[in-house]
Order: sequence, then structure tokens, then C-alpha cells
Amino acid sequence: MAEISGAGYRLRVEGTRGEEATVRLAGRLALADLRPLMAELQAIPARLEPRRITVDVSGVEYLDSAGALALIEMENLSRSRGIPFELLGVSEKDHGLLCLIDREALQRPPLRPESERPDIVAKLGELARLQYRDFLEIMSFVGELVAALAYCLAHPRSVRGDEVKRYMKRAGADGLPIVALISLLLGLIMAFMSSLQLKQFGANLYVANLVTIAMVRELGPIMTAIIVAGRSGSAFAAEIGTMVVNDEVNALVTMGFDPIRFLAVPKVLAAMIVVPILTIYADFFAILGGLIVGITGLDLTAFTYIQQTKDSIRVFDFATSLVKAVVFAALIAGIGCQRGFQVRGGAEGVGQSTTSAVVSAIFLIIVADSAFAIMLHYVRY
Amino acid sequence: MASSNRDPVIIVEGLTARYGDVTILEDVSFEVYRGERFMILGGSGCGKSTLLKHMIGLLQPAAGRVVINGVDITRADGETLHRVRSQIGVLFQADALFGSMSLAENVALPLAEYTDLPPELIREIVRMKLGLVGLAGYDNHMPSELSGGMRKRAGLARAMALDPSFLFYDEPWAGLDPVTAAELDILIRSLNEGIGTTMVFVTQELASIFSLGQRVIMLHKDARGIIARGTPQELRETSTDPRVNHFFNRQAD
Repeated sequence: MAEISGAGYRLRVEGTRGEEATVRLAGRLALADLRPLMAELQAIPARLEPRRITVDVSGVEYLDSAGALALIEMENLSRSRGIPFELLGVSEKDHGLLCLIDREALQRPPLRPESERPDIVAKLGELARLQYRDFLEIMSFVGELVAALAYCLAHPRSVRGDEVKRYMKRAGADGLPIVALISLLLGLIMAFMSSLQLKQFGANLYVANLVTIAMVRELGPIMTAIIVAGRSGSAFAAEIGTMVVNDEVNALVTMGFDPIRFLAVPKVLAAMIVVPILTIYADFFAILGGLIVGITGLDLTAFTYIQQTKDSIRVFDFATSLVKAVVFAALIAGIGCQRGFQVRGGAEGVGQSTTSAVVSAIFLIIVADSAFAIMLHYVRY
Repeated sequence: MASSNRDPVIIVEGLTARYGDVTILEDVSFEVYRGERFMILGGSGCGKSTLLKHMIGLLQPAAGRVVINGVDITRADGETLHRVRSQIGVLFQADALFGSMSLAENVALPLAEYTDLPPELIREIVRMKLGLVGLAGYDNHMPSELSGGMRKRAGLARAMALDPSFLFYDEPWAGLDPVTAAELDILIRSLNEGIGTTMVFVTQELASIFSLGQRVIMLHKDARGIIARGTPQELRETSTDPRVNHFFNRQAD
């Protein structure tokens, strides 16, 4: 005879080894004590090897489904060992609960096995297939987008002007402070770092050339594009993706709208207008940063610095940087919208597409910039 | 079974709910007894869901209190609220299953959070819960692969994972076909009678109100509060309030 009390239940085993065993349960058989309860109950058949087990639950005040599970598992265990099992003193309410539990369901294996880890070949194949599908989807999206843009060019009144203005504000005006701050700091850093080197050769003045050329030709458009990709490309993808999940895009189609013309074109146009403007601001603030270092750290006058800046840059460089900005804008907004339309599933899909929009945009910006670098080299000379 | 046991376990007292300056509910008071199926009725925009959100502690009332099992959840500290929440299961209107997890993982989530059971035991409880709602074997299916009715039942299995004393349902029949809705009624009734869970429904589904509702309150937009109380049959047959009659007879105002 042994008595054990858990936190909420009391368990008493009567009977000696090899004889009939009676288990008296009382108190609360609930989820909170399931672990000790199950362990104690399941140890009984092995410990006593009884001829017969009787579980008396007449003292049980509260039984929840976890407690019922413990009783059923005990019964299954006894039966599997060939020991007759009997449950005594079950109240009417607890009987209802015990009947509710589908004993067969506890044994039934899942209809589908847990997904196994695919081997490396399968993984590679799946990856290649996804990349190929992605490529096809992007190509078909580019085709549709170009067609939609061409249509809007031919029918300017079909463009939703208010939407374009709204996105211009969100992607452009709202992004100006961060673009300005980052460019200013970038100008400061470039001027400071280069001045440390150029000072040694007495070439302080050329800090202005360095900052201007680096910023206008390369860093201005790229930095702006990366900031816009992070701020607006992701927002476009999340917005369209959520609309796809909520059937809003399907609603547009059934109402006879072309979702690309309706959703993507205003965003792409807005981006193509504001990114060059942001780039000009970025150039300006970076040069201002250089100027601050020039005046405070290099004993240059503002006039000399500005004069040197003006001499170092040609209109051609400035114009090509704006062309680059327009192309980057189209890439960012285009891939943002495409990733949005690609969303499948729910919240997780939107998150993935947003991440992918930013990563793809930055990748495309760098690829496009490399292409520009080579092309411009031949155009320039 | 509820009428024999008049033991109030949820007490709402003088509850006033506001969104900004807009008052949705004013001075609402009622009690829910242990083990009963209690329904909050009313047309769209009357504040049913707002009331439910206050009762489960998702929103703070502007005035009044909500007492669940003796704990005033409007003033409870974080730890107490956490404890009370483990006794509450909620089935949301849009099932709210996590789309990135399989059914088994969805149901196992509260068990892993609130108990220290080993994984095998949790798996066993999950199998039992899925069996309770008639989804045995669907452990490794994703929510997106199931029909609306199955998702509702899976949501119910998750809401019941911890054997809560209270189950709250927000429009559980919305979007279900009549057959599936009737099956859900049978399931809910058997759970209520088998386990004795206290159930609170927010609904406007007439068929289910009559098949399941034991006691109801009806809210109205203009009254910003309760306009009728009683059993569904009483309200339908004896109420003289035209707003109540229109609701139960499915008439336009």
C-alpha cells in the first residue's frame, strides 16, 4: 500500500504484487498535474504486475480532458499487457467527457507524415525550378508593365494622377530627411577620410573634386536608390501583397481593371519622378558635407571649394546620373510591385515578398550600375 | 444544466467602452453563470465584438469592470492577467490559425507556453484535441489546405488546448454553410455538456441562437447597451420592443 499526493490529486494504490490492484484517485485530475499523474499511473502495471487493475475515481472533484487522457492511456497500457482494467465511480459529467474522447484518434497515425528533409539533389533541383519560375514571372511582369506604361503614355488621362501624387509624397517628400541626413554624413566622411591622405601631398583642394565626382557619378544615385528600395520598394511589395491576400486584386480584375495599370503604374511613375529629384538633393547635401570639412578642417574658403566643385564636374556626368536614377527607380518600383503580386498564402508570404523586394532591388541596382559604368566609359571617350 | 447551478463566474459591471470620443457601450452590466451557453446578440455595429474584446482583456474599458472567476481583469497586473488568460480560450471570427504552422503545431503552441510537459505528451494531447473536434489525423496539414469548417474546428481545438474554463466565440458560424454550421453546433454542445466549459458567444446567426443559446442579451447601436435579456424563445415570443422583434423575425428596420 502506498499513498502519493501530487499538487492537486491524491493517488493511493492498494494490493500486493501479482494480486488484484486497486488505484484510488481523488482531488483534481487536471492538465497542471498531468506529467506526474501519468508517470505514476503507468508505473503501476510494471511494478505490481497485477492480475487485474481497478481504478476508483469516486473521489475525483474535477476532471479535465488531460485527466481523462491519463485514465484512457492507463486503460490502453493495461489492455496491451493483457491485464483486465475497470474504471469505477465515474460521475455522470465525467462519463460525458470520457465518451467525448475519440480513443481511436489517439492511436491513428497522421494522414500525412511529417515533412522529411529533402536531400541535397532534391533541394538543388527545387531551387533551380523556383529560380526558373521566378525568372519567367519577372519577364512576363516586365512585359505587362511596359505595355501598361506604353498605354498610359498613349492615354495620359488613364493615369490615376492623385495616386501618383500620393506615392510621390510617400516615396519622395517623406524620404527627403533621411536621404539628406545620410548624404550629408557620407559627404563629411568622404571629405574627412580623403583629406587625411591628400593633406600629406598638399592637395587639400582636391577633396572637393573627390567628393563631387564620387557622389555625382556613383554614390548619389546608388545611395538614394538603396534608401528608396528600403523605404518604398518594401512598402509597395507589402501593400500589393496584402491586397492579393485579401482578394482585393481579384476584386479589381472582376471589376474590369488591369491590376498592373491600376496598382503598379502609379507607383512606378511616382518613383521615376521623385528618385532623380532625391538624387539631386543627395548630391547637394554630400557636397555640403564636404564643404563643411573643407572650411572647418582644411582652411579652404567656401568660394574656393565651390569653384573647385563646379570645375570638377561636367553637365554630362550630372545628366547621366539622373538617367541612372530614373532607371534605378523603375527597377525598384517594378520589382517591388512584382514581388507583391507574387504573394501566396498569408502573413508569412507578405513578409517574404517584402524581404525579396528589397534584396532583389538592391541586386538589380548594382547590376544596372555596373552596366552603366561600362557603357558610359565608351560614350564618354 | 446551467439553471440548476446559478454561480456567476463572469461579472460585467457598469462597463463603458469608448473609441476616442465615440462611446460604443454605456453602463453595460450582466452576469454569466458557470457552465452555461451565453450569447451576446445584436446587429452590425452595435458593439458586440467590442464587448467581447473587453471581456477577454484585449481592450481596457473607459469605466466599469469585468470580473472573471473572481479576478477583476481591468485592474489585474500582468502576471494575474497571464494566469486568467490560461483559463480562457477564444475562437476568433477568422479562425486566427497561424498560417506558417501545421495544425498540430498550432494546438501545441499554448501547451508548450503554459505547461512544462515533455514533447511526446504534448503530441498526445494534441492528438486527443484534434480527435475531439473530428480532425484526427490532420496533425501535419497546414491551415491553408483545409476548408473553412475544418479551420473553425481546428481553431476550436487550439482554443481548448489548455482545457479552459471559459470559451469565447466571435461569430463562429460566419462563412460556414448550413450543414457545417449545424455540425459545429453539435460539436459545441457536446463539448459544453461533456466538459462543462462556460461559453460566451457573439453572434447574429438565428438558427444557432435557437439551437444553442440558453440565455442571451441583445445590444443595440442607438441604446449603446442592452435592450433585452432572457432566453431566445422568450425574446422572440414575448418581447414588445420592435428592434428585438425585427431581429428575431429577420425584418428590415
